[in-house]
Amino acid sequence: MEHAAELIDWSRAQFALTALYHWLFVPLTLGLTFIIAIMETIYVKTGDTWWKKTTQFWMTILAINFAIGLATGIIMEFEFGTNWSNYSWIVGDIFGAPLAIEGLMAFFMESTFFAVIFFGWEKVSKKMHLTSTWLVAIGSNLSALWILVANGWMQHPVGMTFNPDTARNEMHDFAAVFFNPNAVSKFLHTISSGYVLASVFVIGVSAWYLIKKREVMFAKRSMIVAASFGLLASLFMLTSGDQSAYEVAQTQPMKLAAMEGLYKGENRAGIIAIGLLDQEKQLGDEKEPFLFSVEIPSALSFLGYHSLNAFVPGIHDLVYGNEKHHIMSVNDKMKEGKLAVSALSNYKTYKKEGKDTKAQEALQNFRAHEKYMGYGYLKSPKDAVPNVALTFYSFHTMVGLGTWFLILFILVLYFTMINEIEKKRWLMYAALWSIPLAYVAQECGWIVAEAGRQPWAIQDLLPVGMAASNVASSSVMITFWLFAVLFTGLLIAEVKIMLTQIKNGPEAH
Amino acid sequence: METFSLYTLQTYWWLLVSIIGALFVFMTFVQGGQTLLYTLGKNEDERDLIINSLGRKWELTFTSLVMFGGALFAAFPLFYAVSFGGAYYVWMAILFCFIIQAVSYEYRKKPNNFFGKHFYERLLFINGSLGIFLIGVALGTLYTGGNFIVNEMHLSHWTKASYGLEALLVPFNVAFGLMLVFLSRIQGALYLYNNLENKALEQRTLHALKQNSIFFLPLFLYVAGSMLFQTGYSYDVHTHVVSTESMKLLHNLMAYPLLGIVLLLGVGTLLYGIYSALFKTNRRAVWLSGLGTVLTVTVLLYILGINHTVYYPSLADLQSSLTIENSSGSHYTLFVMAIVSLLVPVVLGYIFLVWRSMDKSKMTIEEVKSDTHHY
Repeated sequence: MEHAAELIDWSRAQFALTALYHWLFVPLTLGLTFIIAIMETIYVKTGDTWWKKTTQFWMTILAINFAIGLATGIIMEFEFGTNWSNYSWIVGDIFGAPLAIEGLMAFFMESTFFAVIFFGWEKVSKKMHLTSTWLVAIGSNLSALWILVANGWMQHPVGMTFNPDTARNEMHDFAAVFFNPNAVSKFLHTISSGYVLASVFVIGVSAWYLIKKREVMFAKRSMIVAASFGLLASLFMLTSGDQSAYEVAQTQPMKLAAMEGLYKGENRAGIIAIGLLDQEKQLGDEKEPFLFSVEIPSALSFLGYHSLNAFVPGIHDLVYGNEKHHIMSVNDKMKEGKLAVSALSNYKTYKKEGKDTKAQEALQNFRAHEKYMGYGYLKSPKDAVPNVALTFYSFHTMVGLGTWFLILFILVLYFTMINEIEKKRWLMYAALWSIPLAYVAQECGWIVAEAGRQPWAIQDLLPVGMAASNVASSSVMITFWLFAVLFTGLLIAEVKIMLTQIKNGPEAH
Repeated sequence: METFSLYTLQTYWWLLVSIIGALFVFMTFVQGGQTLLYTLGKNEDERDLIINSLGRKWELTFTSLVMFGGALFAAFPLFYAVSFGGAYYVWMAILFCFIIQAVSYEYRKKPNNFFGKHFYERLLFINGSLGIFLIGVALGTLYTGGNFIVNEMHLSHWTKASYGLEALLVPFNVAFGLMLVFLSRIQGALYLYNNLENKALEQRTLHALKQNSIFFLPLFLYVAGSMLFQTGYSYDVHTHVVSTESMKLLHNLMAYPLLGIVLLLGVGTLLYGIYSALFKTNRRAVWLSGLGTVLTVTVLLYILGINHTVYYPSLADLQSSLTIENSSGSHYTLFVMAIVSLLVPVVLGYIFLVWRSMDKSKMTIEEVKSDTHHY
């Protein structure tokens, strides 16, 4: 049951739209909850009510952000059913579990203690309040954990077997799903990036106060907390990013090749520091992929395989195969996949007709080819290649910005420590303008992760074309536009409210 | 894992889904309260009081809904695929009704909120009325059926281009939806009666309670009566062939008399709760009506899955109908998730403790005004 291209495009567009909107709000929550918890801890330890006020100010910002994060989040869980119903059946036995656990373990924790931290100042003890604040922080990060376990499984499916009778994948090893190396590195990279964004946010807002020469003590103290937290998070983000890239090289070599615009595989492959892709470049031609590029030699081999000499396969090798390096062509995988698909269909027919011996033969045949079953649904080998330009530029933007934030934290921390931060107005402006950049970096990260693995909904197992719900594309188009209008309206409201709160400042609180 | 048969786990998960669904139905007192905002609150202060009282609970209701979806996904993925992907418009409309709730409490009174206060109040009203009504319609289709076909690969499609909206033409579904709306308003009134300290509001709350109970009772009798006496669907234990059976759910109750007793107890407790608020000024009546609601809804959902009953009949192809046996997760997954479900009492426990410590004293207009954070 493969669907028309238009339906798949609208379904993907809707999911991308809701995911990108949702991710505008999540990282700030992930990081800000911790920053607030740290601030409140200082308040409880020192008894200084100034810190309480500061905590409350950032809490208000959190609340405004949290509300719209919830609004955009609920849709994503249900979209797996509404727009990806085949997916829900074919892998729901594995994929549903982390989502349900997320609800039970994390969402209830967040929503229960959220009310305490806002309305409980006079109702519960100081200790209980502080505990609640930490529980909200832990809850929101736990929720990220389970979502990334789910997402990591899509990138690198493990711990399941295909059951031909139910025609779906079934989980047989929960630990493998949970400790999936891909999920672990993704989780660490994602939460640390959230901490970085929140730190940039707090520093940027504080910088604005300093530019306006108001709330000076508030701004400086907030900056110290945020810059220290951000610096730690950045280092953490670097290591987890490195680990992520290693995982990608092992399990999603096509994504890695697209991230670097690498068409022809090579030993001692380099990383493009800056590059401009040639839009004329087509798969299979002999053109250079870059009009211009600056390369760090051997870096990609090292990043992907932890050896300067290692061979990194390019898009060309992965599509057309490379005998020397034992890479099978997509065409051959498609042949295998089609054999698996027809064997499964035969098995079903024989079973229905009660021809058990024939059914067993078909089943054996299926098992022999099932490894590449997902490829059986592809139409052409070129379908296995993601959008290279989108993946390449998103990846490089993300890495570049991540590096800049690290530098920003060091500078802010240094100048705040020596008490000269107000004199460095260029740094204040840079910090302020880094806020939107942090959001750009976040979105780029998800574009690399998701667009970079196309055409797969589940890597090598289930292409998006097979995963979508069988509804009229016009209905998905209608809901797409409804979401676009609604979310844009809410986003405008959110930004306006937040800016007003910031303008009013912590004193008005 | 082998100690529990697959069927035992399927039954266990159906019970759990029923309980979560029932808890959600109770928690919709938040939505009911939202629709009473202007009925009860005659000035700005009173409305702020109502909003702030409901505003400390709305996230729990929201989370219960998410949990209901998550549990269905993990335990009965075929239902998730068939119903969500098929009755597309209905579920999307429900989602829209809940998306708009999530921002409204926080943004309603914030300066410079782009749309103005009344806009967010209207969103809360839509969430409370249309949102609950549509959930009722969707739950109604569990009893009346949907237009879907499941093929031999277990992939499904809907046979009507109205993608679920056709359910609005079935009187039972509509009555189910309206019944939930009035029930949520009853619970909303009882919750506010319990939570607030305000003389003027008290009288209006009791009045609203009376009015909504008058609408609720006949709807409930019609819905419950139809459920028990209308023709249901059962399947053969061995061949799994689905066929109709008259008064199927009544037969289920007779096969499990304990459930019948719990059902009667639930309905009795709910009605007594309403009675005790109206005629004995019992401020804690919400707990009685809440317990009654949870027991009643749990039983009415649970009997739909057990005793070889079809819980989601297909009107397009009877043999495509869903049962807890043909739509569940694998033995392994249900078992793992059953272990995870041991957390449920822990979660309920801390919700209870927090609720109690936050609601020790009744909320007043003065408190809302003096609080550092308010909606």
